[in-house]
Amino acid sequence: MYDFDLVIPSSVADAASAMKADGAQALGGGQTLLPTMKQRLAAPEVLVKLSDLAEMVGVSAASGILRVGGATTHAQVAEEGAAYPALAALAGNIGDPAVRNRGTIGGSIANNDPAACYPAGALGSGATIITDRREIAADDFFTDLFETALDEGEIITAVNFPIPDAANYQKFDQPASRFALVGVFVARFGDAVRVAVTGASNGGVFRWSVAEEALSADFSASAVEGLAVNAGDMISDLHGSAAYRAHLIGVLTRRAVQSC
Amino acid sequence: MPKVTMNINGRARSTEVENRTLLSTALREKLHLTGTHIGCDTSQCGACVVHVNGKAVKSCAVFAVELDGATIDTIEGQAAPDGSLNVIQQAFKDHHGLQCGFCTPGMVMSAAALLKDNPKPNEAEIRDYLEGNICRCTGYQGIVNAIMAASGQAVPAIAAE
Repeated sequence: MYDFDLVIPSSVADAASAMKADGAQALGGGQTLLPTMKQRLAAPEVLVKLSDLAEMVGVSAASGILRVGGATTHAQVAEEGAAYPALAALAGNIGDPAVRNRGTIGGSIANNDPAACYPAGALGSGATIITDRREIAADDFFTDLFETALDEGEIITAVNFPIPDAANYQKFDQPASRFALVGVFVARFGDAVRVAVTGASNGGVFRWSVAEEALSADFSASAVEGLAVNAGDMISDLHGSAAYRAHLIGVLTRRAVQSC
Repeated sequence: MPKVTMNINGRARSTEVENRTLLSTALREKLHLTGTHIGCDTSQCGACVVHVNGKAVKSCAVFAVELDGATIDTIEGQAAPDGSLNVIQQAFKDHHGLQCGFCTPGMVMSAAALLKDNPKPNEAEIRDYLEGNICRCTGYQGIVNAIMAASGQAVPAIAAE
């Protein structure tokens, strides 16, 4: 990979000013960025290290919200996220143990990989993404494939997850990449149900609104029986056709509801 | 070039690195600790697993310069100073946990991390924990047996799957 300048800030404020440099890129755990740089698909001139910034690391629960610092590793969320078990389980099944010891929630969400798990957890929970500048609702955050509402140099400092009455994440593993071939996150808040799907759409993570309506009226696996997403919008690659992915969404949604 | 000082296997070691130097490269080429293997260099295979501040990490997916002051454990620190193998290494030897041996440093380091958190893992937990460690000799049953034995448990007589 090409060399770069590295900034190791001691506060979010320092990090934010370092991010103003031309060609600056935030470095979380690096579990996606380093392989990308090795392939020269990215060649940032300046990396600003965000992991280990104390004010961005930690998991805490209060008044029905699980707050996860932007630089918190997947392993820490898996270990300390007991107040939101579905999210802790999601975090504990990302990648592999060594990847989970480095990779961070902020990195995952900012990257918005169409097959990543955290975007489904954030969108499915109706989370709020907190940056050094503002708060962004998950519904407005994930805009397209690898695209988010983040502005140039904006840093995710935390993610606030409302803790649902019941939730479950079903991931159909793509065993080579350890990403989701398809993943479905279902969360029920009273009668309101959110269903977020990752791994499937050409536009990245999305809410399956038809299923949400059906499940809000009747929270049972049979309520989504027969519902189908439009395979025309789905990813098709050597691991699975669009029709296969569309089918998996229904199967995984039913399993998630049954596991809630 | 930036200088980085790490406590590696109980000894303070310093070296100069470029910002882009990976921990795996620093260990092997700067500090000549070539026990850490580079299999894929894309963080898939796990041959390069070492412990950073006690946690298993793929050393090909971390910049050395980020680790100034960190404690690193590598495969070289597993055996006793007189060369006698630790319990995990001995179990790998006894239970045919290695064939070509290329993946073994990462397997042993992952196993050590697992047993630190979970001293008596069952077979499913072992297989789950080793998800990021690939053995292309496909010697997984021997590896699982070795970790069962290293944790003082009975070794399955025949392959479970």
